[in-house]
Amino acid sequence: MAGMKDTALTLAILIALVVALVVGAEIAEIRLFGRIATNLCISLVLVLGLQVFMGNSGILSFAHIGFMGVGAYTSAVLTIPAQMKGMALPDLYPILAAIQLSPYIAILIGGLTAAVVAALVSYPLMRLSDAAAVITSFALLVVLHTVMLHWSEVTNGPRTLFGIPKATDLYLAAGIAILAIIGAMLFRESRTGLLLRATRDDETAAGAIGADVSRLRWKAFIISALFAGIGGALWGHFITSFSPKAFYLRETFVILGMLVIGGAPTVSGAVIGVFLVTFSFEALRAVEASLNAARIFTGQVVGLTEIVLALAMIAILILRPGGLFATMEIGVLLGRWRTKVSEGEKR
Amino acid sequence: MTAYIQFLIDVLSLGGAYALMALGLVIVYGILRLVNFAYGELIMVTGYTMFLLGGSALPWIVMAAIGVFMAILAGIATDYVAFRPVRAKSVTAVLITSFAFSTLLQNAALLFISPRPRNVPLPDIFSETVHFAGIVTPARNLITIATAVILLAVFAWVMKRTVLGIAMRAAATHFTMARMLGVPANLIISTAFAISGFLAGIVSLFWIGRIGSVVPGIGLEPLLVAFIATVIGGMRSLQGAVLGGFLLAFIDTGLNYSLPQDLLKFRDAFTFSLVILILLWRPAGLMKGPASGQRT
Repeated sequence: MAGMKDTALTLAILIALVVALVVGAEIAEIRLFGRIATNLCISLVLVLGLQVFMGNSGILSFAHIGFMGVGAYTSAVLTIPAQMKGMALPDLYPILAAIQLSPYIAILIGGLTAAVVAALVSYPLMRLSDAAAVITSFALLVVLHTVMLHWSEVTNGPRTLFGIPKATDLYLAAGIAILAIIGAMLFRESRTGLLLRATRDDETAAGAIGADVSRLRWKAFIISALFAGIGGALWGHFITSFSPKAFYLRETFVILGMLVIGGAPTVSGAVIGVFLVTFSFEALRAVEASLNAARIFTGQVVGLTEIVLALAMIAILILRPGGLFATMEIGVLLGRWRTKVSEGEKR
Repeated sequence: MTAYIQFLIDVLSLGGAYALMALGLVIVYGILRLVNFAYGELIMVTGYTMFLLGGSALPWIVMAAIGVFMAILAGIATDYVAFRPVRAKSVTAVLITSFAFSTLLQNAALLFISPRPRNVPLPDIFSETVHFAGIVTPARNLITIATAVILLAVFAWVMKRTVLGIAMRAAATHFTMARMLGVPANLIISTAFAISGFLAGIVSLFWIGRIGSVVPGIGLEPLLVAFIATVIGGMRSLQGAVLGGFLLAFIDTGLNYSLPQDLLKFRDAFTFSLVILILLWRPAGLMKGPASGQRT
């Protein structure tokens, strides 16, 4: 079992990674690096949110990106300047049209809205396990997507919503990513997290010692949606215009890929998965761009990055079904390794 | 009266296609207890095979046969790539590998063919309409109904009367026991994937026959339909899948007829919410399958 010292070590290493990223991006002073680093930090918030639910409960959730969309749209509607709203959202309800909040407050409200929506719709779903749980979460994603696609008054329908004020910079994203790391770690080591992990490993046995399975899952799901909503709102204020397409299967695939390659059961896995996938994605995208620029092929090269990510996911799951960090946090691993080395010296 | 017949034909033709789709998904799920997320891509494979053959002088029926054959191969490939290496290790891992395989196939189509819709050759009879008893309906709908009836009957016969069918049902009931009695596990599973591919290929002909073209994302809607139909009917029961398919078609067509225009665009949201409600009432679906055994 992880002791306090190991947990602290894990936190220190993971936070150091984020700080190193920010420092690196600042030193490089290339705008592209800054963008990549900011995107990475936003992905961290999203993936850690998914880890809170999926890693601790062991149930695959497809609905996560839907809650990202809820957060992004909520924050957008609350912050688009009043004079822009006539153009960006012509059919908006008059009550909402008058509101214009600071993006920082709106990001928080976006997260809370996602959490409230999750709390309302998900409680009954938490009774389900295995395939039924996965399929209903998939259904939930489709419901959320359909609503975003057609509720034109608030989302501008399938068209792009624009005019969202830019508020997310690298420091804000990195700060929230660090908070997300701490939050996910605290949840994992909390009483709820521990009980939830017990239900993951053996649902019947955990139920027998008095763990309220669906309630535990529900709590984790709400926290997970809070992360997703905040991540979505951050992303919205970074990209400043988006359409419902952004919150569907492609994004789900990338976020899932990050978590699974790193290892869903651990916070370290989530963080390291994000770093690995983001960097290899950017490298592949550069390859794609140069292939397109060199005009080697007649058409545009599209989809190469996804193909490589898919192959990497399959390969990793065949070799290590739990991902790179399947059971132990990085701090625990290092702790064990240190003890081994010092024991070796004594002999 | 004519309105009722019209409604009935709509429900039966849509329901026939839905039932076949659901059956293709459930035949694998019944044995492995694992959902195949790459199922929709089997429909895409048939579509693109037909598109690639479109320029040739082959008669349509030959093209269709090759298309269905490719879907069968793709189904078996799904087993080898996404299921066999990981199925004994972790449920979540298989769900994700099949999701990854689905993305792989879709993006391969995107990369090697085109993101834009591609026309698929269709036989003339698909675009004809039939007039009788005062109603007008596309001939395609009647062909769908006939095909569904024949295939469901053949399928029922295979599952009930042949050695293969009995072995598959045994594997679905208690996999370990079936293996002990000499049922070859991997062969049965690959056969299930092949049947799954066959059903998807047949459905694909009608599905694409309605649209006339194929895009990389074409598999999503049939996949969702199959998901919902199996969840409603019962994930473990073959009869349940068929029932679920027809029921879903009834709900969809009913909503199409009854919802006002400005709510119709939310139809999918209504349907999916209904699924969630049904699952709450009966988490195992309307029809219970055989008692659960172990996987692997």
